[in-house]
Amino acid sequence: MSHAATDLLATDIDAYLQLHERKTMLRFITCGSVDDGKSTLIGRLLYDSKLVFEDHLMALEADSKKVGTQGEDLDFALLVDGLAAEREQGITIDVAYRFFSTERRKFVVADTPGHEQYTRNMVTGASTAELAVILVDARSGVLTQTRRHSYLVALLGIKHVVLAVNKLDLVDYSQTVFEAVEADYRTFAADIGLGDITCIPLSALKGDNITELSAHTPWYQGPTLIGHLETVEVEDDIQDGPFRLPVQWVNRPNLDFRGFSGQIVAGSVRPGDRVTVLPSGRESTVAGIVTADGDLDEAVAGQSITVTLTDEVDVSRGDVLAAASEPPAVADQFEAHIIWMDEQEMLPGRPYLMKIGTRIVGATLAHPKYKINVNTLDHTAAKTLELNEIGVANINLDRPVPFDPYEQNRYMGGFILIDRFTNGTVAAGLLHFALRRADNVHWQAIEVNKEAHARLKGQGPCVVWLTGLSGAGKSTIANIVERKLHEMGRHTYLLDGDNVRHGLNRDLGFTDVDRVENIRRVAEVAGLMVDAGLIVLASFISPFRAEREMARQRLEEGEFVEVFVNTPLATAEERDRKGLYAKARRGELANFTGIDSAYEAPLDPEIRIETSQISAEQAADVIIDYLRAARRIL
Amino acid sequence: MKMLTHLQSLEAESIQIMREAVSESERPVMLYSVGKDSSVMLHLAVKAFYPSKPPFPLLHVDTTWKFREMYEFRDKLVTELGLDLLIYQNPECIELGINPFTHGSAVHTDMWKTQGLKQALDKYGFDAAFGGARRDEEKARAKERVFSVRSAQHRWDPKQQRPELWHLYNVRRSAGESIRVFPLSNWTELDVWQYIHHEEIPIVPLYFAAPRPVVERDGALIMVDDDRMPLEPNEVPVDRSVRFRTLGCYPLTGAVESDADTLTGIIQEMLLTTSSERQGRVIDHDSSSSMEKKKQEGYF
Repeated sequence: MSHAATDLLATDIDAYLQLHERKTMLRFITCGSVDDGKSTLIGRLLYDSKLVFEDHLMALEADSKKVGTQGEDLDFALLVDGLAAEREQGITIDVAYRFFSTERRKFVVADTPGHEQYTRNMVTGASTAELAVILVDARSGVLTQTRRHSYLVALLGIKHVVLAVNKLDLVDYSQTVFEAVEADYRTFAADIGLGDITCIPLSALKGDNITELSAHTPWYQGPTLIGHLETVEVEDDIQDGPFRLPVQWVNRPNLDFRGFSGQIVAGSVRPGDRVTVLPSGRESTVAGIVTADGDLDEAVAGQSITVTLTDEVDVSRGDVLAAASEPPAVADQFEAHIIWMDEQEMLPGRPYLMKIGTRIVGATLAHPKYKINVNTLDHTAAKTLELNEIGVANINLDRPVPFDPYEQNRYMGGFILIDRFTNGTVAAGLLHFALRRADNVHWQAIEVNKEAHARLKGQGPCVVWLTGLSGAGKSTIANIVERKLHEMGRHTYLLDGDNVRHGLNRDLGFTDVDRVENIRRVAEVAGLMVDAGLIVLASFISPFRAEREMARQRLEEGEFVEVFVNTPLATAEERDRKGLYAKARRGELANFTGIDSAYEAPLDPEIRIETSQISAEQAADVIIDYLRAARRIL
Repeated sequence: MKMLTHLQSLEAESIQIMREAVSESERPVMLYSVGKDSSVMLHLAVKAFYPSKPPFPLLHVDTTWKFREMYEFRDKLVTELGLDLLIYQNPECIELGINPFTHGSAVHTDMWKTQGLKQALDKYGFDAAFGGARRDEEKARAKERVFSVRSAQHRWDPKQQRPELWHLYNVRRSAGESIRVFPLSNWTELDVWQYIHHEEIPIVPLYFAAPRPVVERDGALIMVDDDRMPLEPNEVPVDRSVRFRTLGCYPLTGAVESDADTLTGIIQEMLLTTSSERQGRVIDHDSSSSMEKKKQEGYF
């Protein structure tokens, strides 16, 4: 805090607050290892902005004497280092966020440790950063890790870079050393497409060129680090782009108001603007921009607002409202950079969930085209991606999504992948372009067989075959099981007399021969559906053991789950909802199972349900539990 | 080109977080502690869902030992805003008469607050709970996620924290798990005060200096807020001009001597005499009670 500001604070607090309420915000990431003096630099920034509180400062002085590395001087690194303790406790070392403030800006610093889990942490920290401070030790210059940091910064679309050439005090504040490092870095940065680069000679430890130009470097006339961070313009890109509003929440306080709430991620919007709703493509006009502070004439990128439209178009969470003149593309197949973040490696073909904007869709990845060595930037062949690996792969979605290339807008082109079973975030990704049909040929690299179908659906396909007397309750139970599986997001189909006898098998009667043919056809259809990855519920009297055995043989081990729905004949006959038993007793219905046609009860069914003892609902749960235990569903 | 101020940016970010949490949970709730951070969080919630009301109730996990002015403020505010407020007091604590004097601050805080919170969340089956914690409060919070998954036993597993990229929060959870959501993660104490000033957000009068009856105990100024507080033979409450930098249970909350009786006065005083906020909270000084440990046990 400058002296002028301190004076203002003491003498005119209102003027001081007004000044501070006009501050803007800058989010940046610091890249480098402890050896480069990163912690010292961050500690110095916190200290110099006077936002280190008195009691922290007393602790710092005590710690500096006890464990510091700077003799009698303050060890600023101790202000931010909590890592040793974390390591002892076995806590994941990852991104820490620190805050400091000057009169002109508030700063959010993403601080990532330099070694373990580096890629994952740095990518996370960089995803929200508008600027990167890359530290190098003046004595060692541009190292492998400098290249790695810079590549990740470029990949994550950070357009503004500060190369902080630190520890200049250890090379006698040499202009030659600084200029050599700068030249070296600029050559490399141009290769990887980094844009706006500012190089600053520093000593974080001694405070040179942090807030004031140092007398030790009279040859340097550029900005100080704080001076640069305070004034660099970073918002122009997204503010100038076409309007984008991913809809988070449909705001319906009453029948007369229907608004769409979200945070603008690009461009600006005014009442009267034409907008397109994506992916549906319907157009409408902005009626109003509603906030608790009153309706706005204009809203810009970064603001959270609620928009009303002039027409009653269908808009839900996950849709994007976009400038009608420049809508984003909508697609379901892409090439993407994938940064793998989970201990469990990437499984090509497995269904993951993708969250992009406010939309969650199913996603499968093809085998990577290649992975990237972040140290050398070489491309190497890969079958999968492991923790902290980056690669390029095609990705296939189960529904189309609106998107802009990541390079244009990180919030319209960045996504995360979520594991369906652990619910963990397993990867981050950057969409670059949609695949045209012609590009899709190599998608066939994965053979689409039963296993592939099953993987896509995230389930073990099987046939749950319910057998029992007419009126035993087979269909009732099958219907409940199917409803429950459906609610769990499982892919199912229910085969029963109703939908088979009226079409596929309408040429068949109820003689023994026709009964056998009926079951043979049902077993074949059920088998095809299992190949397609479905969980099939088959509800048929199927009185003969041999035919049920035939159905079992059509499938692989474990895919046929025989459920004996056992009801005493007397009970079934008493229920007789369709009046069939009565008809059969009167001799009006020939070949009726249990009356004048035999029922061969299963000898060793997978599941046996006594309907006299449990309800249909409980029976359904027994079947679901079995499927779970057999790992057919998770 | 219009540049957002830092307060506008922080506000927009918090609103985005709240809308995500509400959209992707079944039964959200906002923990309301009556303090200034709660006031800011509630103000943001009103803004986030306007013209709808915040689509969740407030939950105050009460200890019965808060300052009287806090209860008055709470009841008045909730009535004015027309919001649902659930008040939960751990029945076991009521039965055992748990209090900071007989049982000590650690037991008191654990039983009323930590256990009380878990019981309340279980009772109502909330699957997402907003809390007002900020990353700048102390080193251990600097790496806390905005969306933090808790097990069915409400435990925080530091190894299972999900990376958070862009504005993309993964709110999915398995059966029994719940999510704690911290919309003020990136706010500092100064931001909070500036926002209160800018938005004219009502706060409990205890934050402003006034003559209050206090006794000095272990170096802290404790306000004698009611006659439940046992006094030592030599202790006589004296009226001194004091205010509170944080609010909690009155026997555990140290006052600071001050004449700052306006909002700007408070901010000025805070910036000129820089001693950090949690110093006034007696609970942080318990030797065994690192924030990390408390968090793992389910404390916010």
